[in-house]
Amino acid sequence: MARAAIPGRLTWKAAEVVELVGETARAKSIALHLDDWPGHRAGQHVDVRLTAEDGYQAQRSYSIASAPEDGYLTLTVERLEDGEVSPYLVDVLEPGDELELRGPIGGYFVWEVALGGPLLLLAGGSGIVPLRAMLRHRAAADSTVPVRLLYSARTLDEVIYRDELVRISAFDEVDVRFTLTREWPEGWRGYRRRIDREMLAEVAWPAGERPLVYVCGPTAFVEVAASTLVDLGHEPGRIKTERFGAS
Amino acid sequence: MDGLDGNAIAGLLSDVFGAEMTTATGTCATCGAGGPLAETVVFLRAPGTVVRCRTCSGVMMVFVTVRETTCVDLRGLSNLGT
Repeated sequence: MARAAIPGRLTWKAAEVVELVGETARAKSIALHLDDWPGHRAGQHVDVRLTAEDGYQAQRSYSIASAPEDGYLTLTVERLEDGEVSPYLVDVLEPGDELELRGPIGGYFVWEVALGGPLLLLAGGSGIVPLRAMLRHRAAADSTVPVRLLYSARTLDEVIYRDELVRISAFDEVDVRFTLTREWPEGWRGYRRRIDREMLAEVAWPAGERPLVYVCGPTAFVEVAASTLVDLGHEPGRIKTERFGAS
Repeated sequence: MDGLDGNAIAGLLSDVFGAEMTTATGTCATCGAGGPLAETVVFLRAPGTVVRCRTCSGVMMVFVTVRETTCVDLRGLSNLGT
């Protein structure tokens, strides 16, 4: 039985792959065209559904990497070696292919210029993706909200959007710091450990400045970051978290 | 306990309730703690999807989908408001 679309209900839509960009050895950005995309807010995600020839379906949620102002809806997907969906998206998908998706989804982990700042963005691994949408939105809207980003990755080669992040860090009001937890290039001046209280005390705005905080990454990263910030005096109500895992 | 959070089921919640629900406030029937559903602890790989309270780990919601029909158990919620 075909179901009629009900306003406000999520419906599956066909999206055409326009472009694929390798971000790291394991991560790709997938630019998509949809005929009737209603627009999104920075930080939201979409559900992607794959259907095998035998009818078996697998569905996963991916953060939107593009700003609402960008021309295409872009997802950045990191390949999980034992994943059911991500290896297909990263290794098999080609321009011209179609994907089924629904969205935009979520209203909690969202930042818009009108929410103000200062902004503190904490990313663990591919948790950078929705934060990158916020950074692009901030730039596209000519916002002058001061922002600090701390991005934790295992190695420099695993840093997604590296060139873009280094480029924006040259501007006033944007501070980008990296911490590498496993391997460091020679002469690396960034942090060399997992995030901890000392690092957050250095990077985060003083609690008195009441930054809006967005933390996205693996569950363990998010727990440490959020609880440490609360310890440092930040208001729990201004700390938004999003955890992801090998689901 | 390596659960995700309510953001991970934003699509499922939207399916079931017909609206964006991650910003809705759910109150745990076990301990009385309330907060945005985005902040709950979510297990996708349990039999069905299990949503637990971040304060007391009590089960707040369970969703089981079989052949496009989703069974919803909200007995662990004492209140749900948008």
